Amino acid sequence: MISGYLLTILITIVIYAMLAHSLNIITGHAGQISLGHASFFGIGAYTSAMLYTEAGFPFWISVPMAAVAAGIVGAFLGIPCLRVRDDFLAITTMGINFVVEAIFLYLPFFGGAMGIGGINLPRWFGREMTKPEYFILILVVFGLLLVLDRRMGRSWIGLAWASIREDEQAAGAMGVDVVRFKVLAFILGSAIAGLAGGFYAHFLTFIMPQNFGFGQSIVILSMVVFGGIGSRWGPIVGAIILGVLPEVSRPIMEYRILIYGILLLGMMRFQPGGLLGPESILPRILRRSVYGLRGPG
Amino acid sequence: MSLLEVRALSKEFGGLRALEGVSFAAEEGEILGIIGPNGAGKTTLFNLISGVYAPSSGEMIFQGESILRLKPHQISRLGIGRTFQIVRPFQNLDVETNVLVALGHRYYPSLWKSSAPYRQPGILEEVHALIERSGLRPYTNQLAKNLPLGFKKRLEIARALALGPRLLLLDEPSAGLRFEESTQLMELIRQVLEQGIGVLLIEHNMQVVMDLCKRIVVLDHGSKIAEGSPEEIRSNPLVIQAYLGKET
Repeated sequence: MISGYLLTILITIVIYAMLAHSLNIITGHAGQISLGHASFFGIGAYTSAMLYTEAGFPFWISVPMAAVAAGIVGAFLGIPCLRVRDDFLAITTMGINFVVEAIFLYLPFFGGAMGIGGINLPRWFGREMTKPEYFILILVVFGLLLVLDRRMGRSWIGLAWASIREDEQAAGAMGVDVVRFKVLAFILGSAIAGLAGGFYAHFLTFIMPQNFGFGQSIVILSMVVFGGIGSRWGPIVGAIILGVLPEVSRPIMEYRILIYGILLLGMMRFQPGGLLGPESILPRILRRSVYGLRGPG
Repeated sequence: MSLLEVRALSKEFGGLRALEGVSFAAEEGEILGIIGPNGAGKTTLFNLISGVYAPSSGEMIFQGESILRLKPHQISRLGIGRTFQIVRPFQNLDVETNVLVALGHRYYPSLWKSSAPYRQPGILEEVHALIERSGLRPYTNQLAKNLPLGFKKRLEIARALALGPRLLLLDEPSAGLRFEESTQLMELIRQVLEQGIGVLLIEHNMQVVMDLCKRIVVLDHGSKIAEGSPEEIRSNPLVIQAYLGKET
């Protein structure tokens, strides 16, 4: 039997993997940098929490609604982001994160600094779900999202995103509706982050604005970049490694942001494609061992 | 009816007149040369026709319909393909995928259709035919960034042809190419013309322009200063003055 502590870590990691995956749609696939992804995580968590505690909706409705709400807000916030690019987009999304966090913090409606408590694990078959069951539930949901991502990657939508990431102006000249596909990426990425937020709220049972601040956005971005931006498995591997590290030793937990920062700097210098990027060391070693070929150089 | 008719087209960038009252018409199966000294407004003209910028005033009629307020993707879907002065292939995608992006113009308008997989036998056949025609076959699975410049330019043309265009805008295709490369590229452009596609060609190499074009428009400081056959242009005093300066 897996211990409760281990399960907590496992569930946290799947939620982080879901977040990294959702940011990867916006930043990796469509090439739009976002420094405010935690805001959609927060919008999902708060939507689910409020619907559950205030309006009395069950988990099975509040969590999908969290995805819908985050997706809608993502679409609206995505629109001003369409007018800016690169470094300006980074600053705009960062600003959005501060605004969203401040709204949760200062509006009494959202519980202020105390946050919202009394959110429980979902019920099924007339009883509350156990932690292992909850773990399997979010794992299955995440698996479905990955299947969907694979399908998207092979579709014209994935191709349109790739062309926008490479060169927006050339993409437009090739018939790609840049605005539509960017908004689509923002909606999908935000909705999945919202979903992760719903799962998070019901697992943690109480939420606070600080969980969804700028620091959290950087943690998510670090996972994506560390694992390999744009690749399907990279962000997941990044979420697992950076998610496990702080649990292995307390000192790492205390200096988490510092260590993430150093890791990011190191990655940018030596492996800009991330661990699983197309030209990085790890895939080369794997290929070599699978095919018995000598890598280039 | 002309394929493309441009009437009194002007563009200002914050008080700077980049283009002023330019009018001309382009016909099907014809290659219209656009020449002029640096800064004459040639690339601005292409950016207006392809919808990158909105004109300050004037009118643009393509196949009988105004394209004045259309976005780049709408204009390209109507059948105006373009290449760029400084090549802009999708660098980290291979040649095949580069062409595929443009073939997708049929699917992008519908969210439902665009969620279908793009690797389908019929579509790949079309892509390979275009790659073959543009002489890119040996590079099919190479990343665009690894191609020599001449082939990047071919790729841009292949990509533009994938739109099934009625009009091609070519922005200095021979710039930066060696003589043989440039000759081969011109051969490709001639083949395009034979299909009845109209071409607007911006070109600095006078040899190329005089060889290919039956009609030439000359721009200088944003205005059209001459239009006519290569012979007429060559002997036009205004054109000579624009290029060589006034005799003092």
